[in-house]
Amino acid sequence: MELSKPSDAARRGAAVVSDITRRERDIAGGVVRVVLMGALVLALLVLVVLIVDVVTGGWSVLSSSLGDLLTGTLGSKPETSGLSQAIRGSFYIAVFVIIVAVPLGVAAAIYLEEYASNGRFARFIDINIRNLAGVPSVVYGILGLTIFVKMLGSITGPDSNGRSVISAGLTLSVLVLPIIIITSAEAIRAVPNGIREAGFGVGATRWEVVRSHVLPYAAPGILTGVVLSVARALGEAAPLILVGATTGFLTTGESYLPSSLQERFTALPIVISTWSGRPGVDWRSSTSAAIVVMLAIVLVANAGAILLRNHYEKKR
Amino acid sequence: MDADLNIETIGGTRVTTTQQDTMGSSPSSPSAVFSVRDLNVYYGRFLAVRNVDVDIIERKITAFIGPSGCGKTTVLRCFNRMNDLIETARVEGDLQYRGIDLYSANVNATEVRRRIGMVFQKPNPFPKSIYDNLAFGPRLNGVKKKNELDDVVESSLKRAALWDEVKDRLKASAMGLSGGQQQRLCIARCIAVEPDVILMDEPCSALDPIATARIEDLMQEIKKDYTIIIVTHNMQQAARVSDQTAFFTTEVNSVSDLRTGVLVEFDATPKIFSNPSDERTEAYVTGRFG
Amino acid sequence: MTVVDSPAPVSLQLSGRRARSERIARVLFLVAGLTSVLVSVLILWSLTREAWTFVSQVEAAALWTDGWFPRRGMYDIRTIVLGSFLITGIALLVAIPIGLSAAIYLSEYASPRLRRILKPVLEILAGIPSVVLGFFALTFISPEIVQRFSDADQFNMLAAGIAVGILVIPLVASVSEDAMRSVPNALREASYGLGARKISTTVRIVIPAAVSGLVAALIIAVSRAIGETMVVFVAAGATGGSLFSTNVLGPGQTMTAAIASQAAGTDQVVGEGLTFQSLFFVAMLLFIITLFLNLIADRFVRRVRQTY
Repeated sequence: MELSKPSDAARRGAAVVSDITRRERDIAGGVVRVVLMGALVLALLVLVVLIVDVVTGGWSVLSSSLGDLLTGTLGSKPETSGLSQAIRGSFYIAVFVIIVAVPLGVAAAIYLEEYASNGRFARFIDINIRNLAGVPSVVYGILGLTIFVKMLGSITGPDSNGRSVISAGLTLSVLVLPIIIITSAEAIRAVPNGIREAGFGVGATRWEVVRSHVLPYAAPGILTGVVLSVARALGEAAPLILVGATTGFLTTGESYLPSSLQERFTALPIVISTWSGRPGVDWRSSTSAAIVVMLAIVLVANAGAILLRNHYEKKR
Repeated sequence: MDADLNIETIGGTRVTTTQQDTMGSSPSSPSAVFSVRDLNVYYGRFLAVRNVDVDIIERKITAFIGPSGCGKTTVLRCFNRMNDLIETARVEGDLQYRGIDLYSANVNATEVRRRIGMVFQKPNPFPKSIYDNLAFGPRLNGVKKKNELDDVVESSLKRAALWDEVKDRLKASAMGLSGGQQQRLCIARCIAVEPDVILMDEPCSALDPIATARIEDLMQEIKKDYTIIIVTHNMQQAARVSDQTAFFTTEVNSVSDLRTGVLVEFDATPKIFSNPSDERTEAYVTGRFG
Repeated sequence: MTVVDSPAPVSLQLSGRRARSERIARVLFLVAGLTSVLVSVLILWSLTREAWTFVSQVEAAALWTDGWFPRRGMYDIRTIVLGSFLITGIALLVAIPIGLSAAIYLSEYASPRLRRILKPVLEILAGIPSVVLGFFALTFISPEIVQRFSDADQFNMLAAGIAVGILVIPLVASVSEDAMRSVPNALREASYGLGARKISTTVRIVIPAAVSGLVAALIIAVSRAIGETMVVFVAAGATGGSLFSTNVLGPGQTMTAAIASQAAGTDQVVGEGLTFQSLFFVAMLLFIITLFLNLIADRFVRRVRQTY
């Protein structure tokens, strides 16, 4: 019976030979590949066009009077208006995020990943944080307006109706808190369990394991999240509008003294938003130049964080 | 018919082994489906396997055995150009399939895989219904009529000895089957495209002994129509099911500490297990290393 | 009396100092974890107080007028809800095809090396502050694209919607790519092993297997687009209020921009009786919509994780 089959097999074999050498061009596949890549290129092209647009638009200011732009104060004419108060405001917002939101966020992440049991309570906190991350930023502005400006106004800004750097910094700290928690928790989750078990195995307490093994291992990931959060806070405008950022009623706003934290404030994205609405070519140049200044800070921070993360991901 | 017929019973399973005297080494064997000469596979600059020479005989089961890391799976994945999917992989040497060089420029890898099916280590049913799993391949080949698809699904499942277990729930998700059933589904899915050769990459390593026995029975059943190459880490399995066996091992480069796989011996299965010519083969099959 | 040399008593208690620091650490971390709950409570509390005042005092007729002019006592919710939907719709038309295609390319087609270069660039696009995209919409998209092909106003919802779409592309791409990358390679291999081409494998195996994650990407995109403020604030042009309009080539107002415009530039929100409270009411509405969307999206993301 074995001998009756070879002809069948040979027939099949011959068919196979002609099949696998069939040169049918996969046109549909090629088209799809090009279309998909085109979409990605288009997205990246937008980034390029945007950057070229603001750099060329702001070039007259950037090339001739960048110093004046960085050191000058807000005014009613484009040629004499500068960003010093806005830079100060943004600087203090970053400081607040780093001092308030980072420790709180990292601690919350440690609680979620290392201490909380996998019960309902931890799940509730987890869902809560994920939803907070999705709440529109303008709603955080409402929170800041109600709590930091109105309720705590006598502390945050007695002479400015609570519309102060402190209120702005706290509002944005609350805004980025969920982002810091989520990225830190991911970094901590990525720590191999063997490292923890090795620590417990020599008699360390949970806190000792966290402090001397988990946190050092997770540090690059946490740092990435922190930088991304600060960059996010620096670019946020909507909540600041709600807590009373202004570009018109600043009395001094140039002093870096802590006592000035209770005064009225402004920030880079606020200035950009206001200047965008002003008519004329000169204002447009100034706005573009201000955008270049802000993008330089935000994008460099972002790119640095992404490179840092990729560097450490590759090492593991 | 000049083949001895050995019938033995292993673990309650009736196994039929066909032996042939003239096997393995003759390069121009007329019934060789694959003839491999001096095959080297690289991952980037790293030489993963070197100097492989084997002939795969039509409608026989060929087993690749050896310790882990010896490159047996790497070689197997050359036979249907699955290594093309790994960007850094590069194949050198001569791999003839029914007289044509599989790696020549005018061969289409996708067409190769339609003819040379593969069953993987871990059962990998698509997260679709049992029916859609079976119909996937035929649909790719342009079968659209429902009654034709129904026929292919039924006959493939019957051949894979799965029909009776699933005929009442063809529309249920394949993910709900047991591990052994999933693997038989994957074999059926492979059969449904009527391949010429079936490559099996440790198909039983994720299964319990009972499920393993069923797959082995199935292999004996379908080898009437298909040429099968199986990679296994389980020597007893190779001894039970295969007609010829290739033993691979690793050589450690003393300078770089990199491990390269080499083919040590290729012969009829009984010879490999009872009277191997290479002492490394003997050491392995008698359990002294690996 | 003989002194038996007994071994020192074994203590299985943690030393006092270490036990104390362990207790303190646990409490501090718990408190930090609870602040996130406190934030949610404060958001709800901030919103409901004034929103309730608005709901209980506003006259029903004021909610169905010609437009959204809170300083004149006209709170036509339709105007800003429609504005939000129009902008979101335009944004999705831009972001879903581009973001999804980019994700498919990155996940299924790009070589690992190309992916390592392209993904960070996409992430940088994600880091552009929305106020910058607002400016870009006003000074580039509107005059160079929208007005070139239509007789649109300088401030128009179409340009703002496109910019919101650009803002959402990286999010869509990243969530969808995660979903497709979580489809096990074994399924792709099974498909290739049956002789399927890349396109069949992608369309018939990978995309169906990742569908939950793709739905999640869609929902998150909607949520983000509805919540976006500054692009619309800068580029859609309605500062004080807006007439009810379905014309995307003209100016418009969204829920978010309506909130920001009331507060912008002035020391106090001024206007007739309920102007201040109306802002909280809109924020409440916004909060409920996005919360609902986020909860659904979260469920879909979870489903992807459970399957594989």
